[in-house]
Amino acid sequence: MSAEASGGDSLIMLFTVFALAVFVGYYVVWNVTSALHSPLMSVTNAISSVIIVGALIAAGPMEVHFSKVMGFIAVVLASINIFGGFVVSQRMLQMFRKKG
Amino acid sequence: MLADLTGIAYLIAAICFILALRGLSSPVTARRGNFIGVAGMVIAIATTLASPHVLSYSWIVVGILVGGSIGTIIALKIQMTALPQLVAAFHSLVGLAAVFVATAALFAPDAYGIGSVGQIGTASLIEMSVGTAIGAITFTGSLIAFGKLQGLVSGAPLVFPGQHLLNALLGLAAAALVVWFATTESYVAYWGLVAVALVLGFLIILPIGGADMPVVVSMLNSYSGWAACGIGFTLGNTLLIITGALVGSSGAILSYIMCKGMNRSFFNVILGGFGTAEGGVAATGPTDRNVRQGSAEDAGFIMQNASKVIIVPGYGMAVAQAQHALREMGDVLKAAGVTVAYAIHPVAGRMPGHMNVLLAEANVPYDEVFELEAINHEFSTADVVYVIGANDVTNPAAKTDPTSPIYGMPVLDVEKAKTVLFVKRSMASGYAGVDNELFFRDNTMMLFGDAKKMTEEILQSLH
Repeated sequence: MSAEASGGDSLIMLFTVFALAVFVGYYVVWNVTSALHSPLMSVTNAISSVIIVGALIAAGPMEVHFSKVMGFIAVVLASINIFGGFVVSQRMLQMFRKKG
Repeated sequence: MLADLTGIAYLIAAICFILALRGLSSPVTARRGNFIGVAGMVIAIATTLASPHVLSYSWIVVGILVGGSIGTIIALKIQMTALPQLVAAFHSLVGLAAVFVATAALFAPDAYGIGSVGQIGTASLIEMSVGTAIGAITFTGSLIAFGKLQGLVSGAPLVFPGQHLLNALLGLAAAALVVWFATTESYVAYWGLVAVALVLGFLIILPIGGADMPVVVSMLNSYSGWAACGIGFTLGNTLLIITGALVGSSGAILSYIMCKGMNRSFFNVILGGFGTAEGGVAATGPTDRNVRQGSAEDAGFIMQNASKVIIVPGYGMAVAQAQHALREMGDVLKAAGVTVAYAIHPVAGRMPGHMNVLLAEANVPYDEVFELEAINHEFSTADVVYVIGANDVTNPAAKTDPTSPIYGMPVLDVEKAKTVLFVKRSMASGYAGVDNELFFRDNTMMLFGDAKKMTEEILQSLH
């Protein structure tokens, strides 16, 4: 019963965080200059792969079972994105130079 | 105590991500922003690895090394013209990773503290199924977008009768499976939902034409964020929720900007079918009208004697790989005392901001590159406009002809300049299949030929 109650509370807390983050995202992204919209996509792609934290927990136990395999594959996929996303963003951003 | 520390570390990581996006408000701060983003990711991963749930590191190290190497090599090798398909491919991986994480949580819920097998709370099951469904849609949708951008799948919209009805039925089936899964924790319902969502991802993107790819790529960017968010709710992880919400709103804003750039409603794009049917109709227009044709020498002479030249590049310039020759031409003109600026339409490339990156790669300084609103009033004071690889975004019919398929689309007012030099392979119509009135104007000179060759020839005539 108490677990139910705290579950409800924590769900509302999570929604609060979610709603506030949407607002932060809205105002921050409208401030991004249109010249950098491509790097914005690759950076957001990299950071959305923070989903790796869920994958790490699944891949973490000692014993090998189905979930660990699932977690391992997700770690590989998310790592491709994290490294690929940040590296390609950096490559792009290096190119943006002012009049020399 | 440890839980508190973990929470604080995740909060710091989330703030790093916000600062990374904030840095992109200017090219000056963007590189530092990117490093802050990397720092946030390192904090997030290190914190998770230090948690008591992670006991065995060998698989994880192998996974990060393998994935990291693949990602780094691809990112270093990719051509900037192929950036849109790279981003689409990356989105598909986020979607797939979300499906795998949700599946892992379903089969080992105790690791995430959301119950035990067969005893997962209803709220968690709903969040899990929503996260999985969005992830699966993102995965197959992005695969199709990748195929279309890479030319593996026809860019033409694939439409068939009953398409919207089928999508609606699949949507209903997905909703029903969510209810079934949330009430019973049935594996059959779970895998059924994954299958339906995968099919739905294919079907949503297939009918969308190649011209609308900037919207699709942005939309899938948004979906990948919402998928991460769904997983965040499942695991009760605020870092995932915050990051997913940032990415989700970012993609949504970019989709909106791209739709506005084409004067299309979001639903109009999603329902698909644009970019083919109009071609046949428009081609019936008068094709025997006179155009003024010029040579590279003529163009070079006119530009040399101008005081202000505005260059309007489109995707055709990138296809012809003309950006380096173009920048050299700009340099020579600048050395001769001509003011040179570049005008970029919001949908000039295949993804938001694509043209800016292509010009930056050719060493065009970013303070010579202007977006539509910033430069549109300057065309009336320009002596020459050099249109290269663009067409529809310069078409005055968008302002004057209510029957035109592109009517209402914001366009660059190039016709207001004293002379318009229009580089074009032939008299064929543009992407939207619309005739361009601009070709027949008195102040327009057509330069027929390949964009790169023509620019190089002009460059030679300038020396």
